Amino acid sequence: MASKLTYLTAPLIDKNPITLQILGICSALAVTTSLSTALVMAAALTAVLCLSSVVISLIRHHIPGVIRLIVQIVIIASMVVVIDEVLQAYAFGISRQLSVFVGLIVTNCLVMGRAEAFAMRNPAWPSFLDALGNGLGYSLILVLVGVIRELFGTGTLLGYTLLVPKSEGGWFEPLGLMQLAPSAFFIIGALIWGIRARWSAQAEKPKLVLVDVEAPR
Amino acid sequence: MLNPLSAWSGFLARPNDDRIKVFGVAILVAFFSAVLVSTASVVLKPMQDAHLEAERAERMARMIDTLPGLRSIMEEMGIDALQSRLVDLETGAFVEGIDPTSYDIQAAATDPERSVAIPDELDVARLGGRARLAPIYLLERDEELLLVVLPVVGSGYQSTLRAMLALEADLKTVAALTITEQGETPGLGARVETPEWQALWPGKQIADESGEIVISVVRGQATSPYEVDGISGATVTSNGVGNMLRYWLGPHGFGSFLERLREEGL
Amino acid sequence: MTELLIASIFHQNIALTSFLGICTFLAVSERIETAFGLGLAIIAVQSISVPVNNLIFNAFLVEGAWTWAGLPEVDLSYLKLITFIGVIAAQVQILELMLDRFAPALYRALGIFLPLITVNCAVLGGSLFMVERRYDFGESIVYGFGSGAGWALAIVAFAAIRERLRYSDIPQGLQGLGGAFLVTGLMSLGFTALGRISL
Repeated sequence: MASKLTYLTAPLIDKNPITLQILGICSALAVTTSLSTALVMAAALTAVLCLSSVVISLIRHHIPGVIRLIVQIVIIASMVVVIDEVLQAYAFGISRQLSVFVGLIVTNCLVMGRAEAFAMRNPAWPSFLDALGNGLGYSLILVLVGVIRELFGTGTLLGYTLLVPKSEGGWFEPLGLMQLAPSAFFIIGALIWGIRARWSAQAEKPKLVLVDVEAPR
Repeated sequence: MLNPLSAWSGFLARPNDDRIKVFGVAILVAFFSAVLVSTASVVLKPMQDAHLEAERAERMARMIDTLPGLRSIMEEMGIDALQSRLVDLETGAFVEGIDPTSYDIQAAATDPERSVAIPDELDVARLGGRARLAPIYLLERDEELLLVVLPVVGSGYQSTLRAMLALEADLKTVAALTITEQGETPGLGARVETPEWQALWPGKQIADESGEIVISVVRGQATSPYEVDGISGATVTSNGVGNMLRYWLGPHGFGSFLERLREEGL
Repeated sequence: MTELLIASIFHQNIALTSFLGICTFLAVSERIETAFGLGLAIIAVQSISVPVNNLIFNAFLVEGAWTWAGLPEVDLSYLKLITFIGVIAAQVQILELMLDRFAPALYRALGIFLPLITVNCAVLGGSLFMVERRYDFGESIVYGFGSGAGWALAIVAFAAIRERLRYSDIPQGLQGLGGAFLVTGLMSLGFTALGRISL
């Protein structure tokens, strides 16, 4: 059992899908301008990932190789549509803000990647744990970025004012840049830098190395 | 052979590259996905529609709340919503026979049969075309008009702006402007949706003495009753709001309707 | 139309401001040649798939599309996601076969990138934005080409910067991915600033 749990814990930091594997970033960044959208997006992705991994894993012995990818896409897309409909019914305001990005979970490389790399080869329970772990690893980064962008961009968190902006008599000057696209890249870049400085095994080797040579006399 | 259970296990036992199995699996997956997706859609549809309806009602309520005193007038009269009518923009006359509450102006604007193209020189709001009919909202007391609410649409910096413009009984003074839909840059253009900015509108004049529509959103501070402060860092969005109002109040928008209202009354 | 074209290439760049197709963007930008090939493939797929999806959506899925068959109430727009991804996958497949048959040289150059495009969010995102922003057929042709060209421009420029970056002495934690994100952020800033262009 303990060994199975590593399926769940490994993707949190050691094999984090976003910072190490560059999977699933596409739809992740556009929805992180506020924490609430980031949370809902993270939950939606984790749900789709778990559901589709389990279904694909259950029928994995009967998926013909030639139509493997299209079968996976159809299963994932169905799950996404269901989740999208559920969001529109139960979390209408947020699903409005997420607009097309819930739909884009279909092409999220993370979902396809885990289906192809893990669920096609493993039984349902480990596939579920692996999916959940990857979903949580993804959520972790998304929530972090969401917190930073909302807090410093507007001074609020989940809509509650934490830092009172100058315009309302406080001291805090909201950083407009945090609400714009580029900041998401900077924050993720900095996060990766932090993680790789702490766990240096994850760092990439430089392709070219500076070598000291003795100066010619 | 006809036993369904043994036929099923026989199907599953076929090799994965077998032609029948490939087609069978494809059809089964498609079938189950279709059932799942359609069920979800049909089951959840009533709730989604209820949300859309609630959203529309809430916008109208917000609009009403921005007008000081309106709520109490309405309570006094014992009504909880404004009267809704359809207007033919060409003639300015009311249209009967179509239920204004279920009329979808967005759908009509993209339907070639129910829309008209806007001539380039008039198309300051960069819309391309508009619906032939538009829903408007009226508040009247004892046959006397108190308020007209007009739906307007225009182009911002990166998205379509939609708003409700309320005019007072003189049809010249802005009672309120409520932006109901926008997708502008958060923190910059998106500030058109804030109550602070919308609070600048009440009392502004849409036209000068000669009746020409001159209302505009200016860069910096407004200096006349025809001007509204722009949002710093969002000039394009600010201009978009001004252009939107100039188009819809102009001759190709609600111009003929307002004209008729001024001359003939309701 | 010109404005839409300029916007979709520059300040509404689908990669740098909507973050679409970023996975591929980061993964396939180590060399300019490959980035260029992928960029061309995206332009081709995007210019075809957005208008085609526009036609399909308006003919079959939009509310009221079945009025001629006596079914004015039918609204199939919830099927758009599955339809679009199906159209894109099929189209990529057909394009692959056609290129192989009629332009083998181009096929060899683009071949390995074509399958990648099916799961590129920029392509699906383009079609979804087309529906959400209610583009008509003409606009969707312009938007399809523009967003594809914008994505291609971004990845080629990015690959060029990364090629130069290899010679720089950057901190260990920023080697590779970390640095790539920072560069993308700077490029995104630059493209957003181009929003001031008006013709």
